[in-house]
Amino acid sequence: MTSLSHAYVSARARWERLAGGSAPVFFIGAATCGRAAGAEETVASLRAEIAANSLQAEVVETGCLGPCSLEPLVIVHKPGAPRLCFGNVGVAEMRQIVKRYVLGNDPCAEWALGSIGDGRVDGIAPLSEHPMMRGQVRRVLANCGHIDPQNVEHYLARDGYRGFLRALEIGGDQVVEAVKRAGLRGRGGAGFPTWRKWDTCRQTPAAQRYLICNADEGDPGAFMNRSLIEGDPHAVLEGMLIAAFALGASKGYIYCRAEYPLALARLKAALGQMRELGLLGDAIQGSAFAFDIEIKKGAGAFVCGEETALIASIEGRRGMPQPRPPFPAVSGLWGMPTIIQNVETLANLPLILRNGPEWYAELGTEASKGTRSFALAGKVKRTGLIEVPLGTTLRQIVEAIGGGSSDGKPIKAVQTGGPSGGCIAAEKLDLPVDYESLAQAGSIMGSGGMIVLDTDTCAVDLAKYFLGFTQTESCGKCPPCRVGTHAMLYLLERIAGGAGKVEDLQRLEDLALTVARGSLCGLGQTAPNPVLTTLRYFRQEYQDHVEKRQCAAFVCRSMIQHRIDAERCPGCTACVKVCPAEAISGSRGVAHTIDPAACSQCGSCLSVCPSKYAAVYRVSGELTRYEERTQKADAVAEAAA
Amino acid sequence: MLEDGATVMPASDATSALADILAIYPPRRDNLIPVLQEWQERYGYLSEEGMRALAAASGISENEIYGVATFYSQFRFQPPAAHTIHVCEGTACHVRGGHQLMHDFEERLNISAGAMTADHQFGLERVACVGCCALAPVVVVDGKVRAGMKPKQVRGLLAQLGHKPNGKAA
Repeated sequence: MTSLSHAYVSARARWERLAGGSAPVFFIGAATCGRAAGAEETVASLRAEIAANSLQAEVVETGCLGPCSLEPLVIVHKPGAPRLCFGNVGVAEMRQIVKRYVLGNDPCAEWALGSIGDGRVDGIAPLSEHPMMRGQVRRVLANCGHIDPQNVEHYLARDGYRGFLRALEIGGDQVVEAVKRAGLRGRGGAGFPTWRKWDTCRQTPAAQRYLICNADEGDPGAFMNRSLIEGDPHAVLEGMLIAAFALGASKGYIYCRAEYPLALARLKAALGQMRELGLLGDAIQGSAFAFDIEIKKGAGAFVCGEETALIASIEGRRGMPQPRPPFPAVSGLWGMPTIIQNVETLANLPLILRNGPEWYAELGTEASKGTRSFALAGKVKRTGLIEVPLGTTLRQIVEAIGGGSSDGKPIKAVQTGGPSGGCIAAEKLDLPVDYESLAQAGSIMGSGGMIVLDTDTCAVDLAKYFLGFTQTESCGKCPPCRVGTHAMLYLLERIAGGAGKVEDLQRLEDLALTVARGSLCGLGQTAPNPVLTTLRYFRQEYQDHVEKRQCAAFVCRSMIQHRIDAERCPGCTACVKVCPAEAISGSRGVAHTIDPAACSQCGSCLSVCPSKYAAVYRVSGELTRYEERTQKADAVAEAAA
Repeated sequence: MLEDGATVMPASDATSALADILAIYPPRRDNLIPVLQEWQERYGYLSEEGMRALAAASGISENEIYGVATFYSQFRFQPPAAHTIHVCEGTACHVRGGHQLMHDFEERLNISAGAMTADHQFGLERVACVGCCALAPVVVVDGKVRAGMKPKQVRGLLAQLGHKPNGKAA
């Protein structure tokens, strides 16, 4: 076992060598998202380039820096210069950066996103002024993208585990007090004050207490927890140590989705390092505190994000919720007091302990303190993982940080909180993002997924999508959820399918309220939110679906017809070739026609019709829509062909 | 219910295969899911023989084991196809055209989601979200995430994996 104080000294020395040594260092974002964007190929080309030039250089694979749309991301530290961050670094760009910047003197400004640290490089602004970074305050995510998540020395060099050491010093009561003063609320969705839950658990006499880290990030459209674990696993684990110490829990579990193989691997490696450093086991750091952590792999059930269902799953049973009370804090895993915390809640704890509750609470609003990470995705220009002080407005997030709509179409709504949340219409973009404001608007903060929707998104289709999800994931235990989600989905399918009746809207609303009130657990109670919010903000759209068989977003296939404008169509046969239903007739040089009876409205013809003709158009209800003729669409079509 | 061509593990082999796994995860109730996960990782799916052997070794009834296994979407009860395509149906993928991708895969492979082709070459699965929302829409092909997938790339991707569209419009 290595002593922690020794580890700090060598970690510091190692980090300083990395940051101020004479060899260039490359940091490459190689989390799941980076890899999907080609980071592994970039790393391979970098290593080849280093070898080919006999360069003395170090390559550090990091987690995600956040701006996923700009991945693969590479930070280059050239001795004597500030670090430079480059975006969209493919194999060719990587080679150029080595040649021109590292071996030469040209900083490749065309790919540079910004500089990091002191000093300036001509023509490159600091990364903190990049539109996606300005307005963000990265506290929980501070290490992500900057350290090697597999190397505990990097975490230690950035004051890792000092929060836990502080906790050991001040004792459990003071830890709870600090968390209370910081105003930390659960980041998993409901926003329950963390200290209060802890207090209940501590007051319950028991021989054994458990701590569970809920990393079963099941909301579609959410990836904050994945990123955080992949980029900085020790921050979450240190949070677990602090919580377990305050609670007097001797055993902890991390319940993580099997769909996150890289996150699981990072956790496993990190636990080994903790053991090595005497941060797990008996008499941790010479104290009376004994604690161990076990990883439990989720097996694919959304309902297991619910506390009591998660407990059932760890116990080896079907993940079905129990009525509460008793709350898990009183009677949880194997009947013992159990605290379940979200990944991000835990990762906040080291910060609070290290920097003090006052520092922590200086950001945020009166009732919602600190910062919050969001997974920004959907129809927004700059997608990625961001962190902002609570109380930041949706507009700041979507327009300033996200850069607004991605496809040039107006933003229609922002969806927060996944299947349990709701849509907030564009006119409400000035809403501050805190627990209470989002609830008033009919949505929830949820776990932090934020999906931007533009006018190409149909409100009915979106509600149907979410209900399809919750209906499939309903565990079936209580009838309001089991039958109610089924009935709501049936009505939504009928409306989207062009067979809706005027009275369906009222019926849907009544059902939604019944399911919300009658369901046993959070899944059923919140499942109606997507329906209720879309009805609240986009009722006219529902009515148009029912009364005019019209889908203004041109999404609901049952009410769309593809047609070909005979005056525009020169008969190039591009659409004839791709039509999977063989519904298009016409030979070269003769305007084509679509047989409406055979057409499945798949849209293949529309996507291949060259923009110079733009002859395929669509009709829905009273609306006719031609796609704009853009060169860009042509390039995309050609690249894909 | 095994399909043609799947290999059946004899009961004695299942028992010894299970013993290896139980050496890592002792047959306690809270290890039921880890044991099933480990079995599937090694043998690709949960076979009847495997579940029977587990029931005998653990004292948990066959019904109970099957009941737990079918509750979780991770578990398969048939051998997987040579290539598995997971189409992400997360929200970001949905609003960026993921549903169209699923439709196209279904059409080209002539199977519906959750099924596999008759020759066991292709399995098509939904996945609720793989957490790569910023790169939507994505599909996961044999474990590798493909970002920014376009409907028009479906045919090429399948061809790369050796799919021959038999008689259908190419």
